[in-house]
Amino acid sequence: MIAPSVEYGLLLPMLMVLGAAVVGVLVEAFAPRAARYPAQLVLAIGGQLLALAALGYQALHLGSSPGKVTVVGAVAMDRPALFLQGTLLVVGVLATLLIGQRAATGGLVAFTPQASSVPGSAAEKAAADAGAMQTEIFPLTLFALAGMMLFSSADDLLALFIGLEVLSLPLYLMCAMARRRRLLSQEAALKYFLLGAFSSAFSLYGVAMLYGYAGTVSLTGIASASGPRVLALVGAALLSVGLLFKVGAVPFHSWLPDVYQGAPTPVTAFMAAATKIAAFGALLRVFYVALPGLASDWRPALSAIAVMTMVVGTLIAIAQHDMKRMLAYSSIAHTGFILTGVIALNHNGLSASLFYLFAYGFSTLGAFAVVSVVRDAAGDEEADMRRWAGLGRRHPFIGVVFSLFLLAFAGIPLTSGFVSKFAVFKAAAEGGAISLVVIGVIASAVAAYFYVRVIVLMFFTDAPADAPEVAMGTLSRAMITLTAAVTLLLGALPQALLDLANAADQFVR
Amino acid sequence: MTGMWWLTVLWALPMAGGAVVILLPPALRAAAKPVALGVSLAVLALAVGLAAGFDTAGPRYQFVENRPWIPSFGTGYLLGLDGISLSLVVLTAVLVPILIVAGWNDGGQHPAAYLALILAVQSMVLISLVSLDILLFYVFFEAMLIPMYFLIGGFGADRPAASKAAVKFLLYNLFGGLIMLAAVIGLYVATAQSSVFGSGTFDFRAIAGAVSTGQLHLSPAMSNALFAGFMFAFAVKAPLWPLHRWLPDAAVQATPATAVLMMAVVDKVGTFGMLRYCLPLFPTAAVTFRPLIITLAVIGIVYGAIVAIGQSDVMRLISYTSISHFGFIILGIFVMTDQGQSGATLYMVNHGISTAALFLIAGFLVARKGSRDITDYGGVQKVAPILAGCFLIAGLATLSLPGLAPFISEFLVLIGTFTHYPIFAAVAATALVLSALYILWMYQRMMTGPISADNERIADLLPRELAVAIPLIALLLILGIYPKPALDVIDPAVSHTISGIAQGRLQ
Repeated sequence: MIAPSVEYGLLLPMLMVLGAAVVGVLVEAFAPRAARYPAQLVLAIGGQLLALAALGYQALHLGSSPGKVTVVGAVAMDRPALFLQGTLLVVGVLATLLIGQRAATGGLVAFTPQASSVPGSAAEKAAADAGAMQTEIFPLTLFALAGMMLFSSADDLLALFIGLEVLSLPLYLMCAMARRRRLLSQEAALKYFLLGAFSSAFSLYGVAMLYGYAGTVSLTGIASASGPRVLALVGAALLSVGLLFKVGAVPFHSWLPDVYQGAPTPVTAFMAAATKIAAFGALLRVFYVALPGLASDWRPALSAIAVMTMVVGTLIAIAQHDMKRMLAYSSIAHTGFILTGVIALNHNGLSASLFYLFAYGFSTLGAFAVVSVVRDAAGDEEADMRRWAGLGRRHPFIGVVFSLFLLAFAGIPLTSGFVSKFAVFKAAAEGGAISLVVIGVIASAVAAYFYVRVIVLMFFTDAPADAPEVAMGTLSRAMITLTAAVTLLLGALPQALLDLANAADQFVR
Repeated sequence: MTGMWWLTVLWALPMAGGAVVILLPPALRAAAKPVALGVSLAVLALAVGLAAGFDTAGPRYQFVENRPWIPSFGTGYLLGLDGISLSLVVLTAVLVPILIVAGWNDGGQHPAAYLALILAVQSMVLISLVSLDILLFYVFFEAMLIPMYFLIGGFGADRPAASKAAVKFLLYNLFGGLIMLAAVIGLYVATAQSSVFGSGTFDFRAIAGAVSTGQLHLSPAMSNALFAGFMFAFAVKAPLWPLHRWLPDAAVQATPATAVLMMAVVDKVGTFGMLRYCLPLFPTAAVTFRPLIITLAVIGIVYGAIVAIGQSDVMRLISYTSISHFGFIILGIFVMTDQGQSGATLYMVNHGISTAALFLIAGFLVARKGSRDITDYGGVQKVAPILAGCFLIAGLATLSLPGLAPFISEFLVLIGTFTHYPIFAAVAATALVLSALYILWMYQRMMTGPISADNERIADLLPRELAVAIPLIALLLILGIYPKPALDVIDPAVSHTISGIAQGRLQ
């Protein structure tokens, strides 16, 4: 047994995030209560920015090489991985801003002051009255983020599974920490945990089968292996279940609306953007690196799933009256659109999916951030769509910006949503999947209906008597403005980011 | 005018003007209307300058700009003017200041937003008219729906009904546009697979050139599918019967100025798209679909006229006459003769002016009385003779009276049709009689006879309203008597289109 060689320099971005998380735990244990919030906020954002800098350094020194593989082939730091990790970190910083938004009464605005207290109990009230703050959320976010970074760059199945667990466990916890409607939040977390554990088991079984097929867990090894085909197919199918669960593809989507609705909105925003990016990163790598030889088997199955995902996500979204649930189903529909890029199985498919993930990450963060600032008289988030009536007239900034995000989701030109949809559809058409493009276009047309309905509600409908107000803190405002600007900019002048994504159109093998 | 940036300035000016208007600090809000009017007049001046600098004997596309935009998608920032787009650019530039004056007080509590939206629509229409890149055209063809939607839904008198009409407008057009998106992507893939271009492209001139020389050969099935995808979006926008259902609702519920902006300017991009994109890019498919489209166009001509006769709502009546006139335009385009297409292009301009005149003057009258019902009026010419007189001239233009502008274009379309399709021409010509019926009967009921109750107080046109009516009527007279300048610009572009189709079909 020789000691594995580990290029720590390559792993530095992940190590920085993990390191910041560990220090964050120590801060929780040893720092005085008053110092924790600023310390955690600085640590979390600083850690991520440092990791981003390390990532940028790596990208600049890549030269003409497609990227490097490290830890005995367990982690690939190639261009797609750098792109995905960079996207994750940017999304992570923005989500941290949203998570760190403080309430006027003390504590974090979206998170319970004491997650361990029984909902409605005296202990909970005492903690709230004392202005207690749950700063554990910051290290948990960092741990999840590090897991996502590993997940999107894992080049063997074990690293993939470890990444999956490292990202999932903190998320389960974070879902349960909502300040309001705590029972709903805890129910969401439990549901997410049970179904997530279930799907992890599927993945693990799939990993075992693929190992049985190839005699190796390395993705490139699996691609070149020649074992019993049936094991490969069963393994690929089971592993796909786990991956498709994370991206929220139909029929593995049933957790998603409940969890998105119940979780604290900043966590929902983080999950909707970052989990999707990481899971699609892993999905792309598994299908493009390990399983291209089985493409004739998985492409039809994945096409069927993409069609179902687009259609079900779109149709059920029409019937929603809760803003977060509507966005959740819209997120499912978008999973279907990104899957058409995966199915393309060409260079453009990969780069288009990467572009889509980046653009969608920003718009979805922004959309959930808007949801998190619309509050009723008691200070609770108002997610009931009907009560948003007239909001755009009373608060033009929020109305215009939210309309912009919705138009981006609908894929209207001059928003990032159009460019990303165009890119994946173009890639799919080049890959010969023109029928998927037609279905995708029709699904977009139907989806436009429920996005427009919200715009009608905000601008052309009279406000109810006790209409919700907008309570926007500095951090939230900064984040919403930034995401809106990016959504618009990528719609008009996307070439710079397209160049980055096009440079990352190949996995290292 | 040898500068290279004129067309960019043309569309960027109203866009920037709109941004300035919306961003005016509260203290300067009162300046919003003059600023918007000034911007639109500057655009008009520039458009007139472009028309003056346009060399009718020169190259087909002039003032060409070519800059990279999204090379990854094979799309560039390619602008250029030909005679067809020039005539519509001038129409747009002429109408918008008139519409701003006509809708001077339509902005209600949000005049800045209203004016900024109008300027945004103008900007997007202009860029889609001057674009020589198919994706660039598509982006603005779709994007202009959003400001138009807010104009219809946000400023109509009856807000719930207006918002419903706006949603109908948006969903119809968005659906058409998304179907077109699939065809746009399909066209890209076809160019990418062809060896002519090296890689996929959206350069209209390159693709149309390759089609007419036979270098780019699409299979008939592919060509038909792509044609249908493009045509569907344009036929919704134009609108072609039976895809017209959104138009009367939107036209009635929007303010008159917005409705005219929609019917006279925005919808013209649909007919422009048929002429610019459907025919040169897919000549064989266009010929295959020709009988179907001509049939639908003729049905639309007669249907619009007959339904107009039966209307009791004056605004709805005028919007149905537009459906009839759009039928003429589409007929002229698809008979694929020189006269037909020249007539159709001139018709786009003339219809814009005559509809604007008729609709805006009717709008002034409706604003006085607060009712759109024809039976609520009567004897108006006795109390408001100038208003009635202007309305009569606009109405006579709408029924294509010789001496007024639409006559020449309708005549050209009918001649162009008659040489190839005498029966269709004969059926379409019945609309001449029907249009006389709906216009004159409407005039008789509203303007003549005894003064009906409450109508004694109807005031005549105010100076602001005269400033709207007089230029429009002057244009109707000038273009009716001396259309040569317009035809000189249009004819060469049309013969280019026709010869391109003929070559493409031979390949």
